[in-house]
Parts: sequence; structure tokens; C-alpha cells
Amino acid sequence: MAITIALAGNPNCGKTTMFNDLTGSNQFVGNWPGVTVEKKEGKLKGHKDVIITDLPGIYSLSPYTLEEVVTRNYLIGEHPDVILNLVDGSNIERNLYLTTQLTEMGIPVVIALNMMDIVKKNGDVIDTKKLSDLLGCQVIETSAVKNEGSMEAAEAAVKMALQGGKTTPQHVFSKPVEDTLDRIGEIADNFIAQENKRWYAVKLFERDEKALESLKLPQGTLAELEKAITSCEEELDDDSESIITNERYNAIAKVIKACVKKKRGGLSTSDKIDRIVTNRFLALPIFAVVMFFVYYISVSTVGDLLTGFTNDTLFGEWISPAVESFLVGIGCADWLTGLIVDGIVGGVGAVLGFVPQMLVLFLMLCALEDCGYMARIAFIMDRIFRRFGLSGKSFIPMLIGSGCGVPGIMASRTIEQDRDRKMTIMTTTFIPCGAKMPIVALIAGALFGGAWWVAPSAYFIGVAAIIISGIILKKTKLFAGDPAPFVMELPQYHLPTVKNVLRGTWERGSSFIKKAGTVILLSSIFVWFTSSFGFVDGTFGMVDDIDASVLASIGSVVAPVFAPLGFGNWQTAVATVLGLVAKEEVVGALGTIYAVAGDALELVEEGAFGELGAIAQHFTALSAYSFLVFNLLCAPCFAAIGAIKREMNNAKWTWFAIGYQTVFAYTMSFMLYQFGLLFTGAAGFSIGTAIAAVILVVYLWLLFRKGYVEKPTRLRSVDTVEA
Amino acid sequence: MKTLREIPIGQTVMVKKLEGEGALKRRIMDMGITKGTQIYVRKVAPLGDPVEITVRGYELSIRKGDAANILVE
Repeated sequence: MAITIALAGNPNCGKTTMFNDLTGSNQFVGNWPGVTVEKKEGKLKGHKDVIITDLPGIYSLSPYTLEEVVTRNYLIGEHPDVILNLVDGSNIERNLYLTTQLTEMGIPVVIALNMMDIVKKNGDVIDTKKLSDLLGCQVIETSAVKNEGSMEAAEAAVKMALQGGKTTPQHVFSKPVEDTLDRIGEIADNFIAQENKRWYAVKLFERDEKALESLKLPQGTLAELEKAITSCEEELDDDSESIITNERYNAIAKVIKACVKKKRGGLSTSDKIDRIVTNRFLALPIFAVVMFFVYYISVSTVGDLLTGFTNDTLFGEWISPAVESFLVGIGCADWLTGLIVDGIVGGVGAVLGFVPQMLVLFLMLCALEDCGYMARIAFIMDRIFRRFGLSGKSFIPMLIGSGCGVPGIMASRTIEQDRDRKMTIMTTTFIPCGAKMPIVALIAGALFGGAWWVAPSAYFIGVAAIIISGIILKKTKLFAGDPAPFVMELPQYHLPTVKNVLRGTWERGSSFIKKAGTVILLSSIFVWFTSSFGFVDGTFGMVDDIDASVLASIGSVVAPVFAPLGFGNWQTAVATVLGLVAKEEVVGALGTIYAVAGDALELVEEGAFGELGAIAQHFTALSAYSFLVFNLLCAPCFAAIGAIKREMNNAKWTWFAIGYQTVFAYTMSFMLYQFGLLFTGAAGFSIGTAIAAVILVVYLWLLFRKGYVEKPTRLRSVDTVEA
Repeated sequence: MKTLREIPIGQTVMVKKLEGEGALKRRIMDMGITKGTQIYVRKVAPLGDPVEITVRGYELSIRKGDAANILVE
């Protein structure tokens, strides 16, 4: 019979390290169904039939955060055979708070008292025997970083599960609370299973919405419960939820007093580091230097080299020609060769091209996270970013996004709050990435005579788009009313371990290839197909000239949509669609379609804008700038869309993100072009101007209206029954 | 009674009462800030918010807006 061990514990308690210790390379990484929370499972080393599920790092089992709800649903719904609760011995007081909740769930609990190496180094002493008695479960000392005790802890958990052991919570609340819990147990006796009785009694006392939802108690019972709870609340002069929390910490304080002897010392090494790193005057310069290195290495030097190598040399010079000559050699049909070389190999290359750069970035992000600096980044940047609904940690995705949106989006992983993370994913690609630079250069060079302000204005537009979107989205029902305050632990600094960093890097890189790969591949094949096939002289077949392709036909249908933005012809429509493959394709496509002599992309890089007159003559300065704005802000390339899908882990949210970006881009370009026409005197007041004015009013309203406020959803239904 | 927001850096205070309700209050309490807990105000972030406090032997970052819900003395 297979045994499932659930690994539970606070964030920063060494859970990831222990999970890696226990499972080795036998891991499956994914997400919990339908949410952005990561799920990891693995087989215990040397035990074929023992599965370890790594639960999200949480502080409590309240019904308020996504991670906590995921954990609760898993523990109640799936009922693992045993919980291995990881407790950070160097921060034992707060860690035991979760333990008091886990032991009430009716699932046997074994405690791994981790970070014992640090406890000993600090000179503190923990009486494990006594701790075990007072908590009612076996306690095993571990030090996961040094790989000490992890296996013993897991084996103790397996033994516990095999013997069918039980854990009875030993902490007792004060008399009025215990009496009320007993009373609740009697009232709801028929509705709750005996093994979870304590858990549900406490949850009902707290008026926990999720527990109430699942139990579906009749109104009469609810009213009776409410009466019992209210009388206890009056007696203790506090709300029930706070009473329980207080009682838990009081119980823990007693345990700590009996088992832990702390050596009072001066500043620890971590404190000393922190004094400098988050010092009022030094924090920002240090932060700038760290960010510069992250960017410099992952985007401009090592990362860029690797990406260039994969795209141009590995795929461009080695694989593609080799595959092509092989296919031609065996006499493969032209269209099939095209599909395989340009469509599939090109598509796969587009996926893999980003991977080396991403690995370099993740390597550094993992190191930053592992050593504890990531939390300080949030601490330093919080003030700026929370104004528009983002987290301090959103800074990193946006910074990386200026190099490439794909790793930028993936970097949003480090943001704990679900809404902050989603909003960061949605807005990161507004920052012009490296591939959008040729578009900017083309417009600046060929239409504005190389004006200095065009490139900076692109960044300005990106930042403005993020701020506007942040403010607007924060006021919508989807993102608003976030009642969870920003209370964040600042973990102790420690040296990152090579093993952890490498594994984290690999996990993120490989999950991108798996999850985003299909989206990118399929879309690349689609675009390849529509751009290389078409009707010539009434017969359908492969076309050399993109003018005759299916894509061009689609382009002419779509083109009128872009007319109010100033570029309503099929050529620009096609270029924009091809931009979805990779943004620099926009320039290449315009060059091909308008028959520029030579490679348009290379001409832009060389700064030979005189040669690009063929493109320039189809634009006015205003329509060109409008075209630029649209392409900067609209849906990103397929690789980035794949990354969005990977991170959102939800089709609806992915479509919402892409849809939002495109609508935002369209309306912004619309206003720009229509107002531009009016103010430059190129046209008088028209219907277009009127619509633009309406759009502007709508945006202003969205920006300045009072935000949606979530109403507290507590057990008011019962009050109304009584009233 | 003062709120935690008004306490200058370097002072240690004791929690008297928590205001607010639901998720907001629960989250703060889950992190160990309950009645009778000692809080040491350690530092303020370079941009003036949030603040770093020591509570139950570990470091916690909390926004001033949320700290205003914590009554101390």
C-alpha cells in the first residue's frame, strides 16, 4: 500500500532543501489545480511506495490566502497518511503556531525540528524529549542543509503511518474556550466526522467561511452555534478568531518556557549584514549595484551571448541547414521541408532560444532568494510599487523585462501575493524589451530623422502603461479589496547552497520548456502556414510572395480595424501579426512586404535609414508613432504568451491578460492618432475625435473612481436569522 | 494609547489591542503579534515605509498603514 507524506511548514524553514534531500531527482513539479501555487511531489529515496507531497510554505491555516486554502483542501480532502511538519528550531515560537493547527486535523504528525545546526551555533538549547511530550508528537532533530536527520524524520513518519498512530493535540485553551468548543462539538455532532472533530469545532468557533461552506449546516444549528460563540466572545471581550489565535500563542509560550533555553547574545552575523544592506543611506545604492549586476549578467552579457548563440549559431547555422539538407537529400516535398525547417525547427528554436538566458537569470534569482536578499528588495521597493497595486518584488520582473519579457514574466514567481503576481505578469511586457528596439529604431530613424526623444519616450510609455494599468486594475473587482496586509518575514541571511540554487534554476527552466513550449510551437506553425500558403491563379498552394498568402488575405480583412489608428492597410496588419512570432519580425516583415532592397532589420541596425524610404513613405510621423505605440503595448510575442500561460496556470487569466494588453494598446493608439490629427490641424473634429474623447473620459473615470471594496464576508447570515 | 506607527526606532513596546477585523487582523495575529507581545521597532525602510520590527525572536516587515491598527504602550 502506498503511503503519502505531506511535508508542511512555514516559509523559510528549509522545506525545499529537505524535500530535495528526501526525494533526490525523483520529483514532479507542477501547479495545484487551477491556481498559480506550485505543487511538488516526489518519491522517498529507497522507498518505492512512499510519496512525499510538498505543501506550500504557510504560517497558518486561515481561510484567507490561496496557499493556506490549497493546503487545507489537500489535508482535509486527500487525507495524507501522515504530516511531516518542519519546524525551524531557530524561530521555534512562530513555527509552532502552525503545528498547533496541524495537530488538530486528525492526521498523525511527526515533527522535524530543523536548523539544529544554527540553534547549536547560537548556543541555544532545546529539550526535544520534553517538547515531544508537550506537543503530543514525535520530534526528530534535523539539519536539512547538512543532510542530517532528514531521512530519520521521514522514516519515523513512514513508521507512524504504517502503525496507524494517532496524534492528539496536547495544547489546551482556557476554560471558557474549551467549554464553548465542547458545546460546539455537541451542537454540530451529527455533521462532522469524529476524527476531525477538534478541527471543525475550532473552525466553527472561528466562524471560518470555508469550513461553514463545506459543512452546509442547517439554519437552526447555525443559530445555536452563533449563540454559543457570542456568549464566549462577550465573556472574553474579543472576537472568536482572535481569541483562538491568542490562546494558541499562549499555549506555545508555555511550551517554549519549559523546553527552550535561549542564550542572550549580541548581534548575530545576519543582523550585522542587515545593518549595512538595509541601512537608510546605503540600501538604495547597494540595491542599484545588485540590480545592475543581475541585469548586466543575465541580459546584456552572458545571457545575450548564450541567446545569440542558440538562435543564430545553434539553430541558424547548425541545426536548420543540417535538417534542410537532410530533407532535401531524401527528396522530401518542398512544403514539408518548409514546415519542418521554418515552422517546427524555427518554432522549437524560438522556445529554446530563451532558455539559456533564462537559466542564467534564474541562477541569480535563486541565489538572491536563497540568501535572503529577495525579501529585502520587497522591503526597500514596497513603498513605490504598492501605490499602483504591485509588490516591491515586481521591480525585478520589470527590470528583466526590459531585456526580455519571457524571463521577466517567469521572475514573477518570487511574488507571494496572488493578486500582485497576476498584475505583475499582466504588466511586465509593457516595458519595451530588446526585440522591440528595432521597431523603435526604425520609426525614430526613418520617420523622425533620428530624433533623440523617440527611444526614451518608448520607455516612458511602457512605465506609464504599467502605472495606469496598476491603478485601473487595482480598482476592479478582480484585484480590489485585498484585505490581507503586507506583513512579510525578513528571514536570516545565509549563504546560498549550490545544490538548492542549481535545482531551483533547473526546475524553472524545464517547466518553461514543457508548459510554454506547446503554445509557442503551435502558434509558430500556424503563422508559418498562413504566411507561406495562399491562392495563386485560383489554386491553393505554397507561395513565394507574402502578398498572395492566406495571412495577407486575413490582413486585408483585419486592416480596417487599424484604420482609426492611422495604419489601416493589410501590410501593417500582417507585420503586426508576424510580430507575435518575435517582435523584431515587425521590421523584417515591413521590409519584405514593401520590397526594401536588402534585409530591413540589418539596415536598421546599421542605421542606413535612407534605404528604408520604401517603408517610410507609407507612414506619416503621426501614424508611425501610433503604430509604434500599438506594437509596444499590444500582446507580446508567442514565447512571452507561453510564459504568461505557464505562470497564470489558467486559460481564462491568460486570455484576460492578452486581451487587456491588446485593448489597452488599441485605445491608447486610437486616442493618440485621433487627438494628434486634431491638434496638428491635419483634420477637423470628426467622429473619430468624438470616440477618442469618450475613451479618454472612460479612462479618467477608471483612474479616479472610487475603487471596488470587498465587503467582509463573515458569518452575518446567522445574525440576520436572529434579527 | 499609541499605535505602533507612532513608535520611534529603537523602542520596545507591548501590544495592548488589535483593531480591524477579518483577514487583516488575522494575518497580523498569525504572524505572532497578539496581546501582550513585546515588539521592538528596528528600522524604517529607506523610503520611509514599511518598518522592520522584531517580534517573537524574528524580523518582520510591516506597512505603517497596517501598524496603525496595533495599539501599544
